[in-house]
Amino acid sequence: MRDGEDVGHYGGSYKVTKGLATKYGDLRVLDTPIAENSFTGMGIGAAMTGLRPIVEGMNMGFLLLAYNQISNNCGMLHYTSGGQFKIPIVIRGPGGVGRQLGAEHSQRLESYFQSIPGLQMRQPVVLFEHVLLYNLKERIPDEEYVLCLEEAEMVRPGEHVTILTYSRMRYHVMQAAKTLVNKGYDPEVIDIRSLKPFDLYTIGNSIKKTHRVLIVEECMRTGGIGASLRAAIIDNFWDYLDAPVMCLSSQDVPTPYAGTLEEWTVVQPAQIVTAVEQICK
Amino acid sequence: MAMLSRLASRSSHLGRTLLLPRSLCCSTGGRHFASSAGDEGPTFTVETSVPFVGHRCEPPSREVETTAKELMGFFRDMSLMRRMEIAADALYKAKLIRGFCHLYDGQEAVAVGMEAAITRKDAIITAYRDHCIFLSRGGNLVETFAELMGRRAGCSNGKGGSMHFYKKEGGFFGGHGIVGAQVPLGCGLAFAQKYLREETVTFAMYGDGAANQGQLFEALNISALWDLPAILICENNHYGMGTAEWRAAKSPAYYKRGDYVPGLKVDGMDAFAVKQACKFAKEHALKNGPIILEMDTYRYHGHSMSDPGSTYRTRDEISNVRQERDPIERVRKLILLHDLVSAAELKDIEKEIRKEVDNAIAEAKESPLPDPSELFTDIFVKGCGTEVYGVERKENKILI
Repeated sequence: MRDGEDVGHYGGSYKVTKGLATKYGDLRVLDTPIAENSFTGMGIGAAMTGLRPIVEGMNMGFLLLAYNQISNNCGMLHYTSGGQFKIPIVIRGPGGVGRQLGAEHSQRLESYFQSIPGLQMRQPVVLFEHVLLYNLKERIPDEEYVLCLEEAEMVRPGEHVTILTYSRMRYHVMQAAKTLVNKGYDPEVIDIRSLKPFDLYTIGNSIKKTHRVLIVEECMRTGGIGASLRAAIIDNFWDYLDAPVMCLSSQDVPTPYAGTLEEWTVVQPAQIVTAVEQICK
Repeated sequence: MAMLSRLASRSSHLGRTLLLPRSLCCSTGGRHFASSAGDEGPTFTVETSVPFVGHRCEPPSREVETTAKELMGFFRDMSLMRRMEIAADALYKAKLIRGFCHLYDGQEAVAVGMEAAITRKDAIITAYRDHCIFLSRGGNLVETFAELMGRRAGCSNGKGGSMHFYKKEGGFFGGHGIVGAQVPLGCGLAFAQKYLREETVTFAMYGDGAANQGQLFEALNISALWDLPAILICENNHYGMGTAEWRAAKSPAYYKRGDYVPGLKVDGMDAFAVKQACKFAKEHALKNGPIILEMDTYRYHGHSMSDPGSTYRTRDEISNVRQERDPIERVRKLILLHDLVSAAELKDIEKEIRKEVDNAIAEAKESPLPDPSELFTDIFVKGCGTEVYGVERKENKILI
């Protein structure tokens, strides 16, 4: 069961849910009015009875209106009811910096949700998708497959430095990786995927191998995912580090409209290359 | 949980039957209100205190059918709720209950009347003034007091507190601290009922303060669009904490606030009016979608234990309501009028209830505080394979 604005007949504002309404009908794919707070609340209420709703925010920024429902009810009901109610809900939506969509439509809210106890960012799960990645084409295997959302993905094994990243920044990192390989470096790239809890097992094994860490994220510098990942790494793997943990994040500014300014708020491949060279000196 | 069974004794006096319904102690067996098998006693008709006022609907009749058993049940249950809340007041002043404690005394007729009209398959969700609704949905006294005191035997294992009571098997979905947030949840419950074709309804309760929340109107719009079996119950006790209704709402006719959604104004201090209205609402909701019931009720205590309740209203007002509209007194008068039992027997029932409550408190006090490891349970659903630990990593580590 999925509900959100224009997910049904319109096919979703980014066409993610295209075709689903025709296939599953109006009771399973529900177009809602513009009322994020209440339709998120309704999704949680339905989940309390055992249904498995997927709530789609047209843009993650709009889900700020539902923050109370997500934080207080979604995250905490399992705990405050002493385990009586499970909330098997998935809240997903596009976010991140797109193409000049302006400040309010370009938000990176991962870190706002990270500290809500009881919420998994990938039972209840909040999935952050990146606006620009919808247009990437990748081969999807024909048979059904299930990905484990909790594990980080080893994108490119290497020896010199561990680069931890997620979402769109992964593609920037891979671009930078090409340049780095030409310059003689061997970076190990991990897409952490699960923002809460962090897959410290995979991350730790990598750090034990390379002893150097670079975090590349699209979140803001202050209070971003990178900040809390850095803390987790220092807490757990201090003895294995040969260099300070570096973190490249977006600037602490609302996203501007002008294309050039927008580019400068976000981490670019050239900066990643420079950072790796610095760490490996 | 121990089940205190009550004796049903029959008086040999012709035409008089003394029936003491089972206690509220059994959590899963559930106490039955007027619907269980057994001798109901004579049936008669009661007239509600005032006629119903409808908005976009034909109001139901003022004449309500009831039985001796149901009437006695109302008396017993409301007296138990009243006693429980007063005992909670004393426990709070003794610092055994901490934090926020919102008491329901004065409003008992709403809980009891609603329960008489529905089944346990129907769902109820409310805000933080939830102790009595919890009882009416099958909760027992020991779990209530233990939860209020933060003990392991509490219904949420001591982790919820006064504002977070839940009873899944009784169809009670809480117990919520944020004003108004429970209404969208309630509409979601109604959605699930429709999706699963259960032919049941959801009662989403809120107060006159919450009636001005935007999310309420959002949820009502969606419920009306999708024809969900959602019944919104506004427990209008006329004060949103310290703010009188006329200072918070341009239109305090809450039963009309749904605009295109029909509504009914009900005397919330009359358990039979509540029962009739809820029965009417259930039939309506199953056929036509949402409806709003405004229960005109009153709370004797302040908003919570931190509020004396006398700075924004006069003591005269409170005592007037107690004298003229008290729900338990109304039922007592009806019982005596129909000569079901004597006044002395009613007093005996009240004495027994007092003892029952005292015993429950004593038992709840025996329950220990939760173990430190409980800090990390019920955060994630089990089977995550992740370790959870506190700031001090060496202690309090568990695998979830």
